[in-house]
Amino acid sequence: MDLFASLSTGTGYWNPLAWLLATVVAAVIVYLIWRRGESGYKKGTAQTTPFISGNPEPAKGMVHVRASNLYWGYLDALKGYYDLIVPAHTGVVNDYLLWYLGVTAALIIVVVVFV
Amino acid sequence: MNGFLMTNAPALLIMLPLIGAFVTPFIGRISPRVRSAWVILIMTLTTLTALLLASDVFLNGTQIYVFGAADPDLAIPPDSGGIPIRIIFTVDAMSALMQVIGAITGFAVLLYSISADRIHSGLESFYTLFLLMIAGIMGMVSTGDLFNFFVFLEILSISSAGLIAYRIDGGLAVEAALKYFVLSTIGAMVILIGIGIYYGEYNALNIAVIASRMQFTLLDQIALVLIIAALAMKCGSVPMHFWTPDAYSMAPSSITAMLVVASQASLYGLFRVVFTLYNVTLNAMTVGWIIIILGVLSMVVGVTMAIPQKNVKRLMAYHAISQTGYMLLGVGVGLAVLGNQPLMESFGYIAMEGGIFHIINHAMYKGLLFLTAGAIFFRIGTYNLNKMGGLGHSMKYTMIFFIIGALAIAGIPPLNGFASKLMIYESVFAFNPVLAVIAMVVSILTLASFVKVFHSIFMGPKLPEYETVQEAPVPMLIGMGVLAAIVILFGLFPQSVVNGLIAPAAHALADQSGYIAAVLGGA
Repeated sequence: MDLFASLSTGTGYWNPLAWLLATVVAAVIVYLIWRRGESGYKKGTAQTTPFISGNPEPAKGMVHVRASNLYWGYLDALKGYYDLIVPAHTGVVNDYLLWYLGVTAALIIVVVVFV
Repeated sequence: MNGFLMTNAPALLIMLPLIGAFVTPFIGRISPRVRSAWVILIMTLTTLTALLLASDVFLNGTQIYVFGAADPDLAIPPDSGGIPIRIIFTVDAMSALMQVIGAITGFAVLLYSISADRIHSGLESFYTLFLLMIAGIMGMVSTGDLFNFFVFLEILSISSAGLIAYRIDGGLAVEAALKYFVLSTIGAMVILIGIGIYYGEYNALNIAVIASRMQFTLLDQIALVLIIAALAMKCGSVPMHFWTPDAYSMAPSSITAMLVVASQASLYGLFRVVFTLYNVTLNAMTVGWIIIILGVLSMVVGVTMAIPQKNVKRLMAYHAISQTGYMLLGVGVGLAVLGNQPLMESFGYIAMEGGIFHIINHAMYKGLLFLTAGAIFFRIGTYNLNKMGGLGHSMKYTMIFFIIGALAIAGIPPLNGFASKLMIYESVFAFNPVLAVIAMVVSILTLASFVKVFHSIFMGPKLPEYETVQEAPVPMLIGMGVLAAIVILFGLFPQSVVNGLIAPAAHALADQSGYIAAVLGGA
């Protein structure tokens, strides 16, 4: 068995080791570019503190963007979808059972009637 | 000795965890350290047996084991009238693959659990149920007898329900376990009705015998629906997935990782029924499309429900539903073109291989992700993403393991999730391009969701409330490391995995006549 063989997907091939090699080459190029950059950068000085129009920097805990504040735009854009799908998850076992029995009934109709 | 082991490996695979389970409460009375050593010993032996059996099956073909027979290969006794009257385990490449998944995940989870769950009481019961869960999974994927399948399904459900409720958690865990148990029991009863229909029609419970006599009558059609609907519900397919986020989020993280494998055992049962029991006797296109639609619904609803979640384990549970959709999609496409050899050769087998490859990949990276969530809970005591942040400063190894799992589930190269998803994308595209596009969009949404989780947990400044947080204990890191290593290795050498494990499993699943011949000897 060839350990390094390309993955055959039926219509194409994928070789992760070739990809890895390309990534390493790209990383080396990035590193070489980075080395040509500004060398006067000093950690722990004013260069590394955020500039907030002269205002004092808030406490660390205050600047972390929490999970609820992420993707609000996505959720707002799909509000109609979520208004339908979220309430379906009632947390009530009777509803879970009804969904299961409903799907079973629907499948019986499809398989028995249409097959 | 080796010959004895190989011959009796299918029975040992059940016997070891069963004996281990029933002895654990007594061993536990000696000391916690001895109990841990005992459970690790049992799980190690079970894992070695599974690997040994799998190597034999992949080299020499399907192995059967007849319980109670003079010779374990004697499926049909001379005086039985040509009927296999005993319980028979039929371990083909697909079964062997599932055994390997159960054993490796179980082993890694146990290493993790010894450290993660040590602070809790009642650990004798915990590990007894854990080993019963392993026995249930191994039995489900090994047996060639439908009633026996039902029995192991029940063992798995009962032990899983007990473990989901283990932490009680103000009653929430018990409630989640109750929901799981009610649905599992009703599903199992419905499966039993389906099995009863086969028994009434064909006077047999053995899968090979029923498959050889299958007529696809009206009763067979009803039995088919009863069984696939129940198993689809058990594997968390939309719209029967509602129990999944409740149960996955309330169980201890080590158990959640095992629940993923338990769901996959149900998925295996579903595939076994449609491919081995019915195969081309059913209308493959219609039933294939039913499975495809269940898969697409699972992918889309799973990932979209994951994105707004605030509880990291509920979020991951919805992703587990979404990933199950990929497996259903890949294998469903294979089923839809079953019987059409040119299409099977063109993309059907690749689709099945992609779906089956995704089963093992998912067990590894999703197990890993649940373990990282557990490690975080172990240190900070919450699953609430809104309360997390900056943990990358103090839990660097856990963060690295999380990144590996998150990139794998999102299908980012060169990890294992990418390899199986690529096979699914390309083969499904040949069948229906729209399905492939949906699968790719779902992957993008998965990545978006895990970017949110990564940022919420690990990024940002070190928060004052987590100043003293330390890295997870070493045994937990080892458990995560085992799964992470497999995720990377399967990603770097995918074709070797496909050639060695996946393609034989896919072909064994599609080869109904081979399965029947292995039991009935070509009868």
